[in-house]
Amino acid sequence: MLDGRSAIKRKLPTRLVLSATWLTLLTLAAVFAPLIAPKDPLAQDLFLGQLPPFWVQGHEPGYLLGTDSLGRDVLSRILYGARLALTVALTAGTITCIIGATMGLLAGFLRGWVDILISRAIDIWMAFPPVLFSILLIAVLGPSLTSIIIAIVVIDWTRFARVIRAEAMTQGAMDYVASAQVAGRTRLSTMITEILPNVLPTIVVLLTLEMGISIIVEAILSFVNLSISTDDPTWGGMIAEGRASIHQAWWVLVFPLITLFLTVLSFSQLGEGLKDRFDPVLR
Amino acid sequence: MQFLQSVLLRLCTTLITLAGVAVIVFFVIRVVPGNPIAMMLPPGATEADVARLTALYGLDKSIPQQFLIWVSGVLQGDFGTSITTKQPVLQLVLSRLPATLELSVMALIIAVILGGFMALTGTRLRGSKTEAAIDVGNGMALSVPDFLWGLILILTFGVLIPIFHISGRVTPSLPLPFTTNFYLTESVLRLRFDLWLDIAAHMFMPALALAIPLAAIIGQLLKQSLKETMHLDYVTLARTKGYSETHVILREALPNAILPTLTLVGVQFTFLIGGTVIIERLFSYEGLGNMAIDAVINRDLPLIQGIVILFAVIFTGVNLLVDLTYAALNPRLRHA
Amino acid sequence: MSFLSIRNLSARLKGRPDQILRRVSLEVAAGEVRGLVGESGAGKSMIGKAILGTLPQSVEITGGQIILDGTDLLSLPTAQRRTLIGAKCALIPQDPLTALNPSRRIGPQITNRLVDILHWTRADAEKRARDLLAEVQIPDPERVMRSYPHELSGGMRQRILIASAFAAEPKLIIADEPTTALDVTVQKQILKLIAAMQARHGTALLFVTHDLGVVSKVCQSLSVLYAGYVLEDSTIPDFFHTPKHPYSRALLAATPKYTDPDGSLTPVSDAVIAATRAEVEAADRSAHV
Repeated sequence: MLDGRSAIKRKLPTRLVLSATWLTLLTLAAVFAPLIAPKDPLAQDLFLGQLPPFWVQGHEPGYLLGTDSLGRDVLSRILYGARLALTVALTAGTITCIIGATMGLLAGFLRGWVDILISRAIDIWMAFPPVLFSILLIAVLGPSLTSIIIAIVVIDWTRFARVIRAEAMTQGAMDYVASAQVAGRTRLSTMITEILPNVLPTIVVLLTLEMGISIIVEAILSFVNLSISTDDPTWGGMIAEGRASIHQAWWVLVFPLITLFLTVLSFSQLGEGLKDRFDPVLR
Repeated sequence: MQFLQSVLLRLCTTLITLAGVAVIVFFVIRVVPGNPIAMMLPPGATEADVARLTALYGLDKSIPQQFLIWVSGVLQGDFGTSITTKQPVLQLVLSRLPATLELSVMALIIAVILGGFMALTGTRLRGSKTEAAIDVGNGMALSVPDFLWGLILILTFGVLIPIFHISGRVTPSLPLPFTTNFYLTESVLRLRFDLWLDIAAHMFMPALALAIPLAAIIGQLLKQSLKETMHLDYVTLARTKGYSETHVILREALPNAILPTLTLVGVQFTFLIGGTVIIERLFSYEGLGNMAIDAVINRDLPLIQGIVILFAVIFTGVNLLVDLTYAALNPRLRHA
Repeated sequence: MSFLSIRNLSARLKGRPDQILRRVSLEVAAGEVRGLVGESGAGKSMIGKAILGTLPQSVEITGGQIILDGTDLLSLPTAQRRTLIGAKCALIPQDPLTALNPSRRIGPQITNRLVDILHWTRADAEKRARDLLAEVQIPDPERVMRSYPHELSGGMRQRILIASAFAAEPKLIIADEPTTALDVTVQKQILKLIAAMQARHGTALLFVTHDLGVVSKVCQSLSVLYAGYVLEDSTIPDFFHTPKHPYSRALLAATPKYTDPDGSLTPVSDAVIAATRAEVEAADRSAHV
């Protein structure tokens, strides 16, 4: 037993540190994109179309990771794309979390008709194909940053609601809640002071995971050309373009893909790492 | 008796869920900006043309009225007519459904084989480096969604080592003798293994992309529940009877460890089917999901409705089926 | 020569210095019933597991021999060893509730060793299972063989496990606290049943228990274990009349007597435990020199 515990303690920092490092670097890159991006991400130059990255024959100095078919600098577009990705991750993730967790807490702690209503809604939501639903919503709302965020919130609130509802139900059945009730506290104040702190670790973990998912949803939406305006650099948009020119210029797909991959992996590893940390059995 | 009652209850909630889906999708898409009728007509069409066509598709009535008309149609098996292709929605949707079903089932089979293999190997070699490697691989596969796996597969097996097809369902130049749209199944039944190979080679990459995250879930869950089962006395007893470790895992532990995994796989399978939408787009695979995205882009309202409802029917149907299978497999529930 | 002979067997948790078994030696002659007593954590179950090759992965054997019918088990490759164990030994497990596979019928769980490992015909194996179930006084063996474990009571399941242990006429049965998980009322019947079966089949029995009362009823000899170390090895009459080790005496004083169930009991004193611990540590030191 003791061996297992210390092994996890030793292993845990590596993945937390690695993912946190990547996300910090990415955040810095996004914030300072105008300063560090070597080129204007929107500048087209048809004479410099599909230039390969710097180690491949035929590259052009200044275009480290090559250019796409319109001659736009891949590295600069990735850096600017990080701005949109992280904005979506933070705002959509947080709003989804607040709405979903509130629904889950209400359903799981108050029970009764509130629970019936929310659970039924969750059931209906689970019967929708999520990707199709988000594409549909964007089509309804019109492509914009706000629409993306709304679409993510509308689709993913159930992710929080389902888990938090179950946790709130378990917590609500415990003795300390009953004693708080006996002490004459209102249901709402019991929920906020007794239940919320106990489900908070779960909420934080889910939030971290949700941020990664938001980035993927944004990428998928820009991939089907429904994100924000087509000119603005988005990872998904770059991937869509890279997919189309995959046989001529692999780098247009590869670099945004690697960035997206590492970012999504980091968010999820951060979440898993936090889960281990929070787990009272392991602590 | 109790069993029958719970089945009926499940059917009722399923129907409520489907009704909810129908209401939501109907009203959401009625807010779609952009007039689908105007998009259908050539430039220079008169106001009267637009009005005539709008009336033809019933779009001039109020939204609740449209809903009632649509529902009464659906109950008679009439899902309306596609605005872009002018064919009945049901016929269109059913023509694409087989492609998506074959893809999903293929992905499920791959996921079960892959995940099961990981779990069993990890259990057989517990404490070894191989087990640690499997755990790390599982964690990665779980963290990254099917969309990214699809792109990675396109790069690796479409470009780097081009051994699989990365777009379409079948090589377009091949003459197809099929009467149904279950190409893969029918090619086997007709003993046309040349066609089967071509179709499978097209399907393998998208199916694998869909399968990887699910395989990781199966691998992780099954391994965890095998691990718990392996500590039980009847497993120890089987060891003392002289059975090999492999036999002990497969015959004694696996049948009992599989049940908790099964329920979760059901829910996860619906997620997989939901994932076909984007994966089909990514691999230009002519299935339901690809058609759905086109329908959204073209504002083909009746078609979108039909596809979403069909997906909802499949999802709830899969969940129902899993619950029943669970009850049927568990001797304790069966005899209760 | 004894059927089972353990010599200087030592084991520890992997990667840790503390010993679980310390140079354990014990013998079980053919047809003998030997008790293996000690408080929980004394390592008595570990000895049974070491013999059967079912030690947890975290435990490693660091020295010694387990000689079963002339063969040193520890020198055999795993597969060969399992086959040998399967043919010559059997286990009566502690908890009948988890010792039967919940998803399989009772019949195959008794006959599988006979058919798969010992290559009996299915008909022979099934006849044998029916006879044994009747022998352990299970009514309607035919029906029980078609049942699933959850349809039967704990006492019934323990009878089935006993029948199953005797199925292949093993030379040695290891009973690992076979009555601990049962109701007190059922305990006595099961104990009697094991003793009767042992006598009828002439099987050697290694009876692992913490209950000296049980030992006095079933066994012919016993080994007392403390912290993985054998303190005393004697016959039952000797042990109960003139226990040699102070710890044994303390243990006896702490056990209720069937002849005088209301008599006062003295818990094992701290002084005795400290002295015993010191003795074990001293033995460790002299063994390492």
